[in-house]
Amino acid sequence: MFRYYLKLGVLSIRANPALSALMAAAIAIGIGACMSIVTVRHVMTDNPIAHKNDVLLHVQLDNWNPDDPYDEPNEPPEQVTYIDATALHQAGRAFRQTISFKSDRVVQPDGDDAKPFQEVVRATTADFFAMFDVPFEYGGGWDSAADQTEERVVVISAAMNQRLFGGEDSVGRMMTMNNDPYRVAGVLAEWMPLPKFYDLNNNPYEGAEDIFLPFSLAVTGEWGSSGNNSCWKPIDGGSYADYLASECIWIQMWVELKSASDRGTYLQFLDDYVEQQKQLGRFPRDLNNRLSTPAEWLLNREVVDETIDVLLSLAALFLLVCLLNTIGLLLAKVMRRTNDISLRRALGASKSALFSQYIIEAGMIGIAGGIAGIGMTWLGLQGLENVFSDYDFIAYLIKMDWSMVMLAVLLAIVSALGAALYPTWRACSVSPATALRIQ
Amino acid sequence: MLKMTKVSKTYRTDTVETHALREFSLTVDEGDFVSVTGPSGSGKTTFLNIAGMLEELTSGSYELDGRDISKLNDKERSKVRNEKIGFIFQSFNLIPELDIFDNVDVPLRYRGFDASERRCRIEKSLEMVGLASRMKHHPAQLSGGQQQRVAIARALAGEPRFLLADEPTGNLDTNMADSVLDLLNEINAAGTTIIMVTHELTLADRAKRNIFVRDGQVSDGPPEMHFAAAANA
Repeated sequence: MFRYYLKLGVLSIRANPALSALMAAAIAIGIGACMSIVTVRHVMTDNPIAHKNDVLLHVQLDNWNPDDPYDEPNEPPEQVTYIDATALHQAGRAFRQTISFKSDRVVQPDGDDAKPFQEVVRATTADFFAMFDVPFEYGGGWDSAADQTEERVVVISAAMNQRLFGGEDSVGRMMTMNNDPYRVAGVLAEWMPLPKFYDLNNNPYEGAEDIFLPFSLAVTGEWGSSGNNSCWKPIDGGSYADYLASECIWIQMWVELKSASDRGTYLQFLDDYVEQQKQLGRFPRDLNNRLSTPAEWLLNREVVDETIDVLLSLAALFLLVCLLNTIGLLLAKVMRRTNDISLRRALGASKSALFSQYIIEAGMIGIAGGIAGIGMTWLGLQGLENVFSDYDFIAYLIKMDWSMVMLAVLLAIVSALGAALYPTWRACSVSPATALRIQ
Repeated sequence: MLKMTKVSKTYRTDTVETHALREFSLTVDEGDFVSVTGPSGSGKTTFLNIAGMLEELTSGSYELDGRDISKLNDKERSKVRNEKIGFIFQSFNLIPELDIFDNVDVPLRYRGFDASERRCRIEKSLEMVGLASRMKHHPAQLSGGQQQRVAIARALAGEPRFLLADEPTGNLDTNMADSVLDLLNEINAAGTTIIMVTHELTLADRAKRNIFVRDGQVSDGPPEMHFAAAANA
């Protein structure tokens, strides 16, 4: 009977093309508005490193003020001190570990006419690239020996490579920052982790940095952090060494375990480390160390702006209004066909058979609305891109993947079926005798 | 066999109560051809709708082939309606979007026959009404008489035991009406029980048995007698 109902659906749609098109259009507009926001939210809440979620862990140690938690109710700081970062990194108790912070440098391109420009850089350690599956177009990252010897090497993004070297294989070539020469060790392929899970401070959607270089090099050079920096007590002294020895938090630390089951062991290691530090007079608060997977960390930091949720609610309301219109149109269409319904009842159709017939027809309109809705979503996303064209990352937020396309169609079908329930129920409740008599 | 015993049907609105049938009792035997006449509003069509299970009765009992219809749920009623009853309406009630073949196919679809069985039955019934060559035509391309023949073919395709006809010639001219009646007589001769509601006494005379409905109650006898009595009353 399914094929028969499909055939009847096609005939019905062809018999009322304008009404059917209106219904599909109402669904499509609602789906378009809703899915535009859902798509942006989907990307904003995406976990770009989901495939390694179970083994990557963000490290938090609670070195904060004994009288006042870092954040209510009892949240530890989201970054760690230099003392702890370097100690834990050197301990090397995880399969891989990386510490990093954001800074900035002035890049001085070759050529007499080229103007220097300021650029955000990430000072990090060798494991960063392997831990986060950073893709390379040319070359690769530096090794841990380069971390120790403070070698002047950099990894640059594809965009930076294009800007400085015209996009060619620049591995081994030199570039200059703040008058210091650096050798290019690797060039990244396209890489835009959104949200930037490894450092959610400031703007999680600004995308990855264009220049990466050894952490030790930055510290020796006494570079400041251009990211968040928080201290709960004054620094003893004004030198950079005093800053490094302080309880200020400004470094992001991540570890990679061989297996998710090693999480407890590593947390115990952190607790043991803090207990040792307590004996040295540090860590005045109770033990409150945390390990978070990227998914947990994204959730913890609430990376999605409340505005997007408000927009999503408004879009859902708009979809609801569109569906109410669709219900009205469907009701008009179905009630015009009470004669057909009554006749079929007289010829042996049960209420459930008629319900199936009309629900399948509504599903077909839903599919049409869903397909048109994909187009409307694309238009909506283009509109968003135009409105926010000043932001570099916007192009990455408006990409529709297959899951979103499927969701659009599914939402349209469910919406159409939901909208069809009441009109179809009304139609099936019509007394066949009355409808056949009055015509 | 169709048996109604003291069937009543009352329509209620907020302020009005209308008794369409009052203790209506009737037995129709296998192979009968019953004409049902009576003044407008007497309850003829209500009787036919209840006989065809298109309406619920208010009280009384209705048995079709020994089954108490009031105890059936919607699915069972639909099955009985589909298998045992064929309908012919005054205004034909063909579905305009479907061609003739597909119109006749409608009750067979709900019967669950496979494609070859349905084709065989459709061709046979359209042949019986003389429209086998018009299978791919749409209703609008046929005359009124031809459309009613298609409706008869549709009613017959499932080989029902009962044929319920509500003013089957009401929208036809005399010649067409005669040919439709000839067809009904043939169908009845082949064994199908027919109950036909009509206003036309000449057509009613062609049935084997006449019943007269007045004020929701039934009486047997030639319609002329009842109409004359009604006129003299």
